[in-house]
Amino acid sequence: MRIELRHRTEDSRLMVWLSPLLALGLTLVFGTFLFAALGHDPFRALYVYFVKPLTEAWSLEEIVVKATPLALIGVGLALVFRANVWNIGAEGQYTVGAICGSVLPVMLPDLQGPLLLPAVLVCGAFGGMAWAAIPAFFRVRFGANEILTSLMLVYVAQLLLDWLVRGPWRNPEGYNFPESRLFEADAVIPALAGRMHFGTIFALVAVAALAIVLGRTLKGFEFRVIGAAPRAGAFAGFSERRSIVAVLLISGGLAGVAGIGEVSGTIGQLHPSISPGYGFTAIIAAFLGRLNPLGVLFASLLLALTYIGGEAAQVSLGVSDKIARVFQGAILIFVLACDVFIRYRLHFQPMRRPAARAEDAP
Amino acid sequence: MTGFEAVVLTIVTAATPLLIAALGELVTERSGVLNLGVEGMMIVGAVTGFAGAQLTGSPYLGVIAAMAGGMALSSLFGFLVLRLAANQVASGLALTLLGLGLSGMIGEAFIGQPGLKLERIDIPFLTDLPVVGTILFGQDPLVYASVTLAVCVSRFLFRTRAGLALRAVGNNHASAHMLGVHVIRTRFLAVLFGGACSGLAGGYLSLAYTPQWVEGMTAGRGWIALALVVFASWMPLRAAVGAYLFGGALILQFHAQAEGIPLPSQFLSALPYIATVAALVILSRDRWTARNDSPSCLGQVFVPDR
Repeated sequence: MRIELRHRTEDSRLMVWLSPLLALGLTLVFGTFLFAALGHDPFRALYVYFVKPLTEAWSLEEIVVKATPLALIGVGLALVFRANVWNIGAEGQYTVGAICGSVLPVMLPDLQGPLLLPAVLVCGAFGGMAWAAIPAFFRVRFGANEILTSLMLVYVAQLLLDWLVRGPWRNPEGYNFPESRLFEADAVIPALAGRMHFGTIFALVAVAALAIVLGRTLKGFEFRVIGAAPRAGAFAGFSERRSIVAVLLISGGLAGVAGIGEVSGTIGQLHPSISPGYGFTAIIAAFLGRLNPLGVLFASLLLALTYIGGEAAQVSLGVSDKIARVFQGAILIFVLACDVFIRYRLHFQPMRRPAARAEDAP
Repeated sequence: MTGFEAVVLTIVTAATPLLIAALGELVTERSGVLNLGVEGMMIVGAVTGFAGAQLTGSPYLGVIAAMAGGMALSSLFGFLVLRLAANQVASGLALTLLGLGLSGMIGEAFIGQPGLKLERIDIPFLTDLPVVGTILFGQDPLVYASVTLAVCVSRFLFRTRAGLALRAVGNNHASAHMLGVHVIRTRFLAVLFGGACSGLAGGYLSLAYTPQWVEGMTAGRGWIALALVVFASWMPLRAAVGAYLFGGALILQFHAQAEGIPLPSQFLSALPYIATVAALVILSRDRWTARNDSPSCLGQVFVPDR
């Protein structure tokens, strides 16, 4: 039996929505084997990992907290990937956003007032944008591959943060721990309920705004055309360079807001590990969500669950918390594999033996 | 050993993993497949190599385990992008993310264990030669293997029939297919070779460079190797030159720190990454040559129609 791919005349509408679900199903099957291989009862382990966090109020809250930066970064990435630009340095833009947003609260702690928080958030957004502007500039001016430049800048951003919190920005009352001073009350994003903060609202607004831009505006159409068929876009008078810069700045800005949102809303100070890899996990959120803003929102919640589930599995089963990364990588692999059904049909062809072929010949 | 010798030795050891990984990726890209999962395959190679050496007691079996680890991951990638026609950029990223997770899980049992080191080879008399002795004749076996590999890859690509077929597949898969070259099989073999090299490069880190397992110990070297392929404009011998230049940039920071240069260590650590960006920008500036060098079908999906 041989399996062949046959082009569909049209992309399958059904599979567009079915393939992520199929991928999740395959991830669970994979999880069963993984837990069994680690010597755990797979069904109990999967229950602890994927179901139990959904039954308790505190873990539901924590899922929303973790989904917030994922959704903010993920919708931005959905936009850039649609435009066929590969920004994979969102982790760096997140970090620089957090750094720039912290300039005022850390360096001028006496600054107070209702305008402080908006200023902090704007600084964060600009930080992320500035960091994304570097690969954007190199790409349109010199033609340098944005995949590698944006990724290299992640390491630079993390080292910059590390230097700041161990050097000039170290909290003078922090007993030499590598962390900045705590944000004053006016620089902290107010809480919604429990650990959840108003940053979640920003994420929802960003999702709605990008859904409208991508689906309902000429600009969004322009981005999609440039991504799908740059030559056609050029004939229509769309500037590829301007699109590249625009999408990179938007996604960088959103990643920056996610960074400062996490620092100001959840952590309350800078320290070297402000992100458990949100910038990279958001790439998975973008693909799992079909590069569709609403889809990204759901995908972010699901990926947040993999973080929480990983912690839960570590506590109650004693498995490594790295298992969260394994599950996240597996989800992306299965999504990409299942996407084949959107554009191709599988065709099962019985294998003909060479001998049979010889008989066919006259 | 003089100071000069020590510097050259450290540059060579820093350059070797970059060279091995870049050669593998170079062959993969020459066949028209862009595998962004080098970092993931390297880190998996690092952990399987370390585990293999610990469990068998032989660093040489560790080297084989490292290559097997990289190949296992690359075969997954090959299945995704060649059989299922998945997007290569996204699949490569997925491979890196999965590799980082898997390596963390596998490696947890080995954290803090003293590793087995791939011993340097001493050749009687020759190693004792002044100045060039240790540099040329006192390296570990993988250093020699990497230089040999560069020459072999170059000969293979430009002097053999199979190499010609591989380049044809990368430059025009439709024509190659019509001429009877098996595009998918050629690409799959190229991907496997890339995986073996990435795994070996990772194994070099955990068996020779710093014989221990540290989580995330590749620290972006896989990505630097990817940049190196662009830097070398897909030429194996240029990749060797580039690897030693980049190795120098990686090592410069340690010597600068030792010399007491009054810069924060984080700035020096950022140097290799900044150098990579700078190299990419400078090389891409001349767009005409850059476009000419890259395999024309790089990153494009091929589904054979009968």
